[in-house]
Amino acid sequence: MATIFKRTSVLTDVPFHYCPGCGHGIVHRMVAEVIEELGIRNKTAGVAPVGCAVFAYNYFDVDMYEAAHGRAPAVATGYKRVHPENIVFTYQGDGDLASIGTAEIVQAAHRGEKITTIFINNAIYGMTGGQMAPTTLVGQKTTTSPLGRSKEHCGEPIRMAEMLATINGAAYIERTALNSTANIIRTKAAIKKAFETQIAGKGFSMVEVLSPCPTNWGKSPAESMDWIAENMIPYYPLGVMKEA
Amino acid sequence: MVKVIVLADQCKGCGLCVRACPKSVLAISKSHLNVKGYYPAEVVDQEACVACTACARTCPDVAIEIEK
Ligand SMILES: Cc1ncc(C[n+]2csc(CCOP(=O)(O)OP(=O)(O)O)c2C)c(N)n1
Ligand code: SF4
Ligand code: SF4
Ligand code: SF4
Repeated sequence: MATIFKRTSVLTDVPFHYCPGCGHGIVHRMVAEVIEELGIRNKTAGVAPVGCAVFAYNYFDVDMYEAAHGRAPAVATGYKRVHPENIVFTYQGDGDLASIGTAEIVQAAHRGEKITTIFINNAIYGMTGGQMAPTTLVGQKTTTSPLGRSKEHCGEPIRMAEMLATINGAAYIERTALNSTANIIRTKAAIKKAFETQIAGKGFSMVEVLSPCPTNWGKSPAESMDWIAENMIPYYPLGVMKEA
Repeated sequence: MVKVIVLADQCKGCGLCVRACPKSVLAISKSHLNVKGYYPAEVVDQEACVACTACARTCPDVAIEIEK
């Protein structure tokens, strides 16, 4: 018998601390597999965010940094400019990337930094207990929008992939989701494309992944996947937003 | 012959593999508690497995291995 599916060695043996059904683990696995498949393990570094993925540095068996909240693209920029022949990725949530770190991600794309960002959009602040994020949907209940996000009070959710795609320095931008096996497979293909964009030296690359947070959404893991399909994808369309 | 292996003590009983499997090979245990205190997924119909890997790709805790 041959093994046809097994944990990649680019993940350490440390068990993920994430809640049952959390999307972070699915994406970690695929990022690690892509690093293995592209044969870039010995020249890749990652930058972990502040958010539930703060311990990502324990899970990837490559060099890892921990950045201050939202500053992962700035740390990755420094690494890449000192080691231009190496590969670097940031792994960031929507509070990290689309709120406190908006300036860093926009300016990294604007400078055309040859870095890759994996952006987990779960429409909420997970780690701190389910507060509203810039990506929270209108009407979505969170601990800081108990009656549902109000458009009048908080505006409408920000579409980071579309926004960054308008920037010339961005070479590859795609949005994917984790709600079905097909979409999980597409997500991995997008992650690979993003890393290949960096390897080719084309510019900034990002994959935005619509990902479940069952705990703070107050839903079962299965219901959360359905919620992505029914509520997130209609507002956050999937697909390639930019390919230079 | 396909063999789906659930690494029970790594599983968090989220049920996403059960949802993803097109052949109803997997189910959440009703009796066995793992070391983490979750009811893990278990193989209930090995014969039906078509080795599509959907369960393993969906598992957030990389708790499934497949042999063929
Ligand atoms: C400078 C600073 N401000 C605020 C916080 C509190 N904080 C920690 S995580 C977080 C938001 C995390 O949300 P997100 O980036 O969406 O990641 P998730 O936990 O959902 O994966 C906040 C506001 C902090 N740690 N540091
Ligand atoms: S709080 Fe949400 S994002 Fe954080 S680990 Fe739990 S499910 Fe995942
Ligand atoms: S490999 Fe496919 S058929 Fe077999 S248990 Fe997993 S999802 Fe079901
Ligand atoms: S998807 Fe993984 S963690 Fe969830 S029940 Fe199945 S084996 Fe367990």
